[in-house]
Amino acid sequence: MTTLLDTGTGQPPQSAQLNFVRVFVVGGAYAYRALFAWANPYVYVPIMLVQPIFQILFFAYLGRAAHIENDSFFVIGNAIQAISTATLFGMLFTLDGERYAQTLSSILATPANRVALFLGRSLPVMLNGMIVGTWSLVIGSLILGTTIPASAIAPLVLTVVVAVFSSAGCGFVIGSLSLRYRNGLVLANTLSAFLLLCTGANIPRDSLPEVLRVIGDCLPLTHAIHAARDLVAGSSLRDVSALLTTELAIGLAYALAGFILLRYFEQLGRRKAAFDTA
Amino acid sequence: MIRALVTGFVMHFKMLARGGFELSIVTFWPAVYATLGYYIYRAGQEPASLFYVSLGSTMMAMWSTTAFACGGAIQRQRWLGTLELMVAAPIPFIAVLIPITVASTAIGIYAFATTVVFGRVVYGVPITVAHPLMFAISIPVAILAIGALGLLMASVLVLYRYAGSLASATEYPVWLICGLLVPLSLLPSWSRPISWVLAPTWGINALRSAAFDGPTLRYIGLCLLATAAYSAVAIGFIAYFERLARERATLSLT
Repeated sequence: MTTLLDTGTGQPPQSAQLNFVRVFVVGGAYAYRALFAWANPYVYVPIMLVQPIFQILFFAYLGRAAHIENDSFFVIGNAIQAISTATLFGMLFTLDGERYAQTLSSILATPANRVALFLGRSLPVMLNGMIVGTWSLVIGSLILGTTIPASAIAPLVLTVVVAVFSSAGCGFVIGSLSLRYRNGLVLANTLSAFLLLCTGANIPRDSLPEVLRVIGDCLPLTHAIHAARDLVAGSSLRDVSALLTTELAIGLAYALAGFILLRYFEQLGRRKAAFDTA
Repeated sequence: MIRALVTGFVMHFKMLARGGFELSIVTFWPAVYATLGYYIYRAGQEPASLFYVSLGSTMMAMWSTTAFACGGAIQRQRWLGTLELMVAAPIPFIAVLIPITVASTAIGIYAFATTVVFGRVVYGVPITVAHPLMFAISIPVAILAIGALGLLMASVLVLYRYAGSLASATEYPVWLICGLLVPLSLLPSWSRPISWVLAPTWGINALRSAAFDGPTLRYIGLCLLATAAYSAVAIGFIAYFERLARERATLSLT
């Protein structure tokens, strides 16, 4: 006897929850492997590991030339900012890459839960962001001889996690926009410029004009950088909890906006029978 | 040969001038670098002229486009399937590469215009050049020298599949070691010889000397010397790698 849920394979029908987890974990891992097959060590090491270290050195020396702040200021600012390379561009390629590979229509035609589908894809991107952020923080500190108190290590890890999440949320928005507009790379590039300028990664925020400060308040990483600097300066996790909560809220707002945009463009694509028009 | 060089240069310059990504690098990013440099210097106790920072930002953008375009120059031809045709063409392969690299640097002229206009309009900075003629000569000379360095890079990486990512990773190191925004005197002494062999060092010195009344001719001469040296080595490398690729049939790297 067959039922409506019979898969016809002799296997018991999967529960919705199990299917969610399968799409989330297995689908996310497969998608990342397929979309980022080009990111082998020859590409990964220069872009993700070497470049952030030289970015830290460049701005630390610029700071020394201008007699502004200390090396620790630039190590923390740029290490957290480096997360954006992995997450902003990573999320962009996660979505835009499907269009490039001409698999976007097939994916959007599946009945798979959209949250599981795209959150699963973002997990490896976020893991990569954590690796880049932690690496930059540790190696940058070792090279420039800045110290991180042992008591700050665990809260710093939490700060990196929150920063990765908010930056990935912002990348989700850009990735969703890239489904409809062609130059997602230019958009991500422009945003990373604003992250360099407005988050306080390199310029003390009280030296910035009001307009750049306000933009910085709405961008990911600003509050995480502030929190990380406070932690290294001796503040406790409780002291920076408000900053981390704000950072988390910004990330959630971006992630939600990205998801709404994705659904909107998906519906638009279905209505116009064109997923790849950008 | 000259026709191929000129036509190639014009064609690649036009192509780059219409690329959204390349244009964003040479118009938007120099303004970002200039703003970063300006605010960092202004916040510190060592205020520097915005024009000093602007010239450094221009050179940074020039190197970015050069590194991006030259690192991937051969790989792009490989993807497009035109590399074999170009190598097989009766014209020397170097004559195909030179226009690509020089055009990639020359597009940096947009960066110069951007930073000058940006500095003037946004910060009201007066652009005062001590030796306008020397300054005007320094720009193409610096472009040639950086373009030649790009050519050398492209020739060295001709058989390297991941040349683009490696070249992109040279952005910050070159900006730092060549003293584009940070004075060379602050860097460790072991880095000096590296900066001496990199054309952006002499290019920025030529521009700044012309602007701020320094020994411009010496730096122009060093730029020309660097151009000749890079070109000679690049020609040798290209000939060697081309022969190697033909012998082993590995041009496509597939």
